[in-house]
Amino acid sequence: MSAEGGDAADREAWAELFGLAPPEPEQGETPRRRGLFRRLRENLSAGPRQTISPQLAGIYAGKLVTQDTWDELEEALISADCGMDATLQLVEELRQEAAEGRITSGADVSGALWRAVAQHMAPEPARIRLEHQPTVILVVGVNGSGKTTTVGKLAYRLAQLGQSVVIGAADTFRAAAIDQLAVWAERSGAHFVRQGQGADPGAVAYDTVASAKARGADVALIDTAGRLQTQHNLMEELRKVAAVVRKVDESAPHEVLLVLDATTGQNGLSQARLFDQAADLSGVVLTKLDGTARGGIALAIRRELGIPVKLVGSGEKLEDLQPFDAQAFARAIFAPDG
Amino acid sequence: MFDALTDKLQGIFSGLKGRGKLTESDIDQAMRAIRLSLLEADVSLPVVKQLTSAIGARAKGAEVMESLTPDQQVVKIVSDELTALMGESNVALPLASKPPTIVLMAGLQGSGKTTCSAKLARYFVHQGRAPMLVACDVHRPAAAEQLAVLGGQVGVPVHREEGSTDAVGIATRGVEEARRTGRDLVIVDTAGRLTIDAEMMDELVRIKQAIDPTSVVLVVDAMTGQTAVEVAKAFGEAVDFDGVALTKLDGDARGGAALSVRAVSGKPILFVGTGEKLEALEPFHPDRMASRILGMGDVMSLIERAQENVTVDDAKRLEEKVRSGSLTLEDFLDQMQQVRKMGPMSQVLGMLPGFRNVAKAKDLQVDDGQLERVEAIIRSMTLQERRNPDVINGSRRRRIAAGSGTSVQEVNQLLSQFKQMRKLMKQMGSGRMPALGGLLGR
Repeated sequence: MSAEGGDAADREAWAELFGLAPPEPEQGETPRRRGLFRRLRENLSAGPRQTISPQLAGIYAGKLVTQDTWDELEEALISADCGMDATLQLVEELRQEAAEGRITSGADVSGALWRAVAQHMAPEPARIRLEHQPTVILVVGVNGSGKTTTVGKLAYRLAQLGQSVVIGAADTFRAAAIDQLAVWAERSGAHFVRQGQGADPGAVAYDTVASAKARGADVALIDTAGRLQTQHNLMEELRKVAAVVRKVDESAPHEVLLVLDATTGQNGLSQARLFDQAADLSGVVLTKLDGTARGGIALAIRRELGIPVKLVGSGEKLEDLQPFDAQAFARAIFAPDG
Repeated sequence: MFDALTDKLQGIFSGLKGRGKLTESDIDQAMRAIRLSLLEADVSLPVVKQLTSAIGARAKGAEVMESLTPDQQVVKIVSDELTALMGESNVALPLASKPPTIVLMAGLQGSGKTTCSAKLARYFVHQGRAPMLVACDVHRPAAAEQLAVLGGQVGVPVHREEGSTDAVGIATRGVEEARRTGRDLVIVDTAGRLTIDAEMMDELVRIKQAIDPTSVVLVVDAMTGQTAVEVAKAFGEAVDFDGVALTKLDGDARGGAALSVRAVSGKPILFVGTGEKLEALEPFHPDRMASRILGMGDVMSLIERAQENVTVDDAKRLEEKVRSGSLTLEDFLDQMQQVRKMGPMSQVLGMLPGFRNVAKAKDLQVDDGQLERVEAIIRSMTLQERRNPDVINGSRRRRIAAGSGTSVQEVNQLLSQFKQMRKLMKQMGSGRMPALGGLLGR
């Protein structure tokens, strides 16, 4: 595993996210700024598709800005899953800029668009502060969004930065979820708290935090079972998991991350709203962002509920999970090639 | 399912109601609203355009403009077009003329392939077939283990090779083993893959070439947004799938992906996943789905679920007891469990026409917990008490309440409702459990 885990620039970005001191570069390694933007582009160039949608390419090539420009822009944003409300708002903002004479060509639209998106997504850089001992991070989401993988990768990154981590397998429902997480725990050298399949997730969560506390660990990471936000009983169970964690440490959980599949459409809003009601979300992890899936729903969530994206994942490899950078995200999705 | 779209369309049409004739601008307004609600339902843009232009053209025709009930005409047109787009009727998964039938499962990560594979296996066991599962996901840790556990739950053998990373080889040997052991159906589960991951897409193509499946099923998450079109295109180009399984349709996803995938690929939706339990897989019926979108309920699916869960013998025996007035609390418990097997009450009742509107108007929350409480109370009774509730005196009531974690009042309530129900049945001499509803609402 020593070769995995990216280069120095990667680790620097992670240290920044957690508010930790940046690690020394390994011998003979030249830091290279890769980051999400570059990686997404790499992903995309490997595929058969263009980076940006044909609609956007058409708009950016336009010499003049006309009603057609705005109609096409509206379609492009809808196609990126931004949702109707966020789309109309963005188009209106850009129209306003055009009316004030700051946008006169298609090329102007490009710059204005990605800057507006970046501004909406995150006026401030993403942070996951490790201010407690242990900092308790609860990872939640619907089935198949990528929770277990996210917990695994997070543990690996934290360990890489010298943090001691305890992982709790509170997904006691899905067959073999515990085994899947055990593999990740071993890779990162994290202490692993588990009970049998079908065990009470609240009990596992309690044990995890209690064990992290007893060991003086820096971070307790808790994986939970996937649940659709409309399943009342399961959402109550999640509420209970959070309440049980609070019994060990009143201030916990310190981070509750909703893992959201970037291919999700407008249902993502309902996910964020109902998970927020049950477990008080602090951030979103946008997974499987590959360029086909543009993840515009994260913009709608930020706009409507104020919940920021903190991490993005673009693939299966360890280094495909990255701290969220709004500018890089907006450029990767909306800026022209080159 | 499709709740929000249903609400939206009803909103639009109640606006049209009672105004007699329509003007062209009325229809334009309705079309805009339909366009918006389809987009919010995640139907992809090109499909929305195609749909609204077809609906609009027909709505401006004489059949609507001159109709005295234009709203009903528009509902009918929308229903027709949605049904037409989703395919005219239910399509079954094609079976090989010479067994074994080989089914290859494909899809993005997290779409639900592994669960869906196990559900399919269970479905075919119930159809009297002898399936085998093959675990070819060598990429996600413990994926094979997950399939092995699920296979065990549905009583289907699972071919897996620990430590092997050769998905093509596992698939080939899995199919060989199925042939050798006389299984007549093989379901090959594969790893989730991004459509832009050329290497992984190539692995899928090689698996397909190696096992020459009877059909390839694309598993699609009902919550998928505009990407559904690209996903369908990419998998279509790579492995030319034959049909779609739509998963996680039990949430509040509006499920526009169903329309998109169907329209773009022309391939039918074969199955829908409607819950976490392994029996929660149903054949897809486009006409029913369209009527569901329009808030007309889905009685057919309800009847089918009932048939699946209640045997004829059970029903006959129960009817006899009801007729003779000898129904006991034990029978009642049985009956209740059969109803619950059909799924959560909210889902079962949601299939009844008009239920959604009633529930909304009266702010009715269907509470599965209430059923659980009744069940707990009966389970806290002795057999004698269940068979002859008259022996339940004050002290027994206290014991039952304590044992079931309820109150004496709740126990009293259940007993008096049960007695009333039995009296009513005796009077009627036939009929079925008229008072079950009374026990649910308080």
